This record gives sequence, C-alpha cells and structure tokens, in this order.
Amino acid sequence: MIEINHVNKWYGPTFQVLKDCTTSVAKGEVVVVCGPSGSGKSTLIKCVNALEPIQGGDIVLDGVKVNDPKTDLPKLRSRVGMVFQHFELFPHLRIIDNLRLAQEKVLGRKSEDATAKGMKLLERVGLKEHAKKFPAELSGGQQQRVAIARALAMDPIAMLFDEPTSALDPEMISEVLDVMVDLAREGMTMMVVTHEMGFANKVADRVIFMDRGEIVEDAKKADFFGTPRSDRAQKFLSKILQH
Amino acid sequence: MNYNWNWHIFLEPNPMGTGTYLDLLLTGLVVTVKVSVLAWIIALVSGSVIGVLRTLPSRTASWIGFCWVEFFRNMPLLVQLFLWFFVLPELLPRSAGLWLKQLPNAPFWTAAIGVGLFMSARVAVQLQAGITSLPRGQKQASTALGLTTVQTYRYVLLPMAFRIILPPLTSEFLNTIKNSAVAITIGLIELTGEARSMQEFSFQVFEAFTAATVLYLLLNFVVVTAMRFLERYVAIPGYITGK
Repeated sequence: MIEINHVNKWYGPTFQVLKDCTTSVAKGEVVVVCGPSGSGKSTLIKCVNALEPIQGGDIVLDGVKVNDPKTDLPKLRSRVGMVFQHFELFPHLRIIDNLRLAQEKVLGRKSEDATAKGMKLLERVGLKEHAKKFPAELSGGQQQRVAIARALAMDPIAMLFDEPTSALDPEMISEVLDVMVDLAREGMTMMVVTHEMGFANKVADRVIFMDRGEIVEDAKKADFFGTPRSDRAQKFLSKILQH
Repeated sequence: MNYNWNWHIFLEPNPMGTGTYLDLLLTGLVVTVKVSVLAWIIALVSGSVIGVLRTLPSRTASWIGFCWVEFFRNMPLLVQLFLWFFVLPELLPRSAGLWLKQLPNAPFWTAAIGVGLFMSARVAVQLQAGITSLPRGQKQASTALGLTTVQTYRYVLLPMAFRIILPPLTSEFLNTIKNSAVAITIGLIELTGEARSMQEFSFQVFEAFTAATVLYLLLNFVVVTAMRFLERYVAIPGYITGK
C-alpha cells in the first residue's frame, strides 16, 4: 500500500533530515513509527502524502508514485487520511461543516450525503450531539476524535497519524487511542507516529525506530519489544518505558 | 482677533444657486463617500490578491507582491495622485493621453483608483500578516484533505485571516476616507473642497471647516459602528474575539 524506497530529504543545502529511508506498509497493516524528537519521523510521514517534498528516492502509494510531477496530488491526498498533533480543525466551521467541506469540494458529494456521512462518523466517535458546535468549544480529545472522523469521511484507503496524542492531557489520550484501536482492528491500513508504546503493543504489526533521520530498526512488534537489536532503540525504550 | 461668527451661514443660499451652504457641504460629503467607497473596494480587492501572492511559495508570486507593495507604499499619496493625473497622460501615446484627459469626471476616477492603489499596499501587508499568523498545520490539514491551493485559501485560510485582521482593516477604511481629501489637489470638489469654496464665498472659514470636521467625524463614526457590528457578526464562539 505504502512503499518508501531510499528516501532522502534535506532542509537547506546541508541539513539532511531523512537518510536513505526504506520501508513499507502493507494493506491492512498497522505500523508504528517511534524515535526521539528530531529523528525525522514526522517528516517521513508527511512525505507519504507529499506535504513535504523529497529530494531523493521514491514513495509509491497504492501504485501511484507520489514524487512524480505528473501525479494529481490533491486527488491522491484525498484518498489518504491524515491526523495531526494539533488537530487542525478549521475553527470558523461548525463540527459537521468541518466534516462536510472536503467531501463536497474535493469528492463532489451532495450536501445531504456529506452531512449524513459526517453524522454517521460523529456518532461512531461518540460526538454526534456536538455537531453544531465550533471546534473551540470542544476539549482537545474531542477535537482529535473529530479530526479522525473528518479524515474517515473521505473513505481513505490508509490513515496517517502524526503524534495524535502528544498535545493531549493524559486523561484524554485514551479516548483518542480507543478510536484508533477500533480502526486498526477493522483492518484499516495505518502508519502512526507516536510514543504510546501501549498502543503499539496492542495493535501494531510492525514498529519502526528512527534516529537522526535514519530508520534504525524495522521489526515485527514481538521482535521489537522482545529484543531490539540496536543500542539506540534499546536506550530509547528503556527511557520511555521506565515509568 | 476680529472675526464675525455667523453660525446661520449654513442656512443662507450659496452663490452657486444649488441651495444653502449646508447643501454645498452635503454635496461634498456625497462625493467623499463615493470616492472613498470605490477606493476602498479597489484597495480590498487588489490588496487581497497581492496579500495572497506574498504568502505563496512561488518566487514569482512573492516578487510581484513585493514590487507592488513597495511601489505603492513608498511614495507620498500626493505624488501618486499627481503621477496618475498629470504625468501618466503625457507618457501614453498621444491619442490615448488625450482620451484620458478628456474623460468626464477624470479627477473622481483618478482619485478613487489612486487612493485605492495606495491603500492596497497596506491591505496586502495586513492580509499577509493575518495569513502567516495562522498555524502552519491549517494549510497542511486542508492540503492533506485533497483541497487545492485555491480551495485552501478560499475555504480555510482567508475566512480566518480576514477575521483576525478586521480591527486593523477598520483603521484602513477610515484612512481611506481621510486620504480622499488629498484629491482636492487634482480638482475633485469633495467635502474638504466644498468647505474651501464655502470659505472663499462667505469668508466664514471657521464655520466651514468646523462643519467639515463634524461631517468627517460622523462619517467615520458610521464606519466604526458598522465594522463593530461586522466583527460581532463573524465572531466565532469560543475563539479569540468570540463571546
């Protein structure tokens, strides 16, 4: 579904954020990407739907080459859902209108259909009664659930999560993770940048560990949590699993 | 000081035979309103386009935006009006220059366009500031949903940016009205112009300019009040200026 082949990326002429990254996510697979801050994991996931350009290598999404100038990027992006650290709901639109916007403007769905789809997804994330509210009237956890529903409204073939719980208060993390766990169990293809190792342990098929722009470790979940081969991954795990 | 105050002068007939001196001033007020509103529309439309250009990643776009803004904001308004009114017709081919000079109402159109372009540079810079003040993730979220750049600006960035810059835009609208007075130098008889002709006919200079001052104040009060209503109308519940 997602193939990342020898991807290189620089910020400016000298600073290399991604160094020869190669990995893939198969259909229905859940891959967790972790690593210290500044390791390039967010950048990598943003390259998958071309929010960030790459300077070397290839990224292929469902058979379409992302870094081909001839690719219709808006169309390709509309098929991949993305959830951001800071939710990024559109503050001037009501919750239901946040869910309708891209359905209508990108997919060309009729207003009634988009509303019906939106309400169904709001119900699924437990926020149906908030449909008429504005984003700023919701808690962080609720906003993030809306953001997931907004991405799902496009009927995506895969979902990208960029630290979806990092900006949340501890008691709100689980409500967001619950939605993500359900999604994973339904067979959604997911690439998740997160430090939630509990989530990784529960639903991930594979775990990728990144450090300084390199994919240091790319292993099955059991192998990763059992015996990570690299020192750096071991150190990282011991630090975040300490408490 | 030997000055004969005469506040009844406003009700006395003016020598133009167009009614009283008050009528004379009100005629001027109407011209001021017309030229200011037209100038403001020009400033808003062209300023918005240029403001958007200045935020695009394209080098050409930001270069055009840069040239526009620096050209119109670095020259005194008076010089710009002289340029459009006296110099431009001489620079054009003879027939075009002649056509321009013979346009009916040339001072009115020159003033509206001249003041409008002068103010557009200020609108552009403010809109640029409004757009760049939005979280970067807003554009990314919109792009990730598959919206094109035009759609992203139209449905996501501009609605928020304009809300943010509404208070300074009110000041710019007021500046446009006040700047329209410069147009007397190219022969437009607006409010200040009529006050001057009242002074010349009646020698009641203080009354004439007191009345003009009051009319400017009233006009600006109307604008301020209308803009405050607009601010309240577009306020977003739970967000910054919202209630």
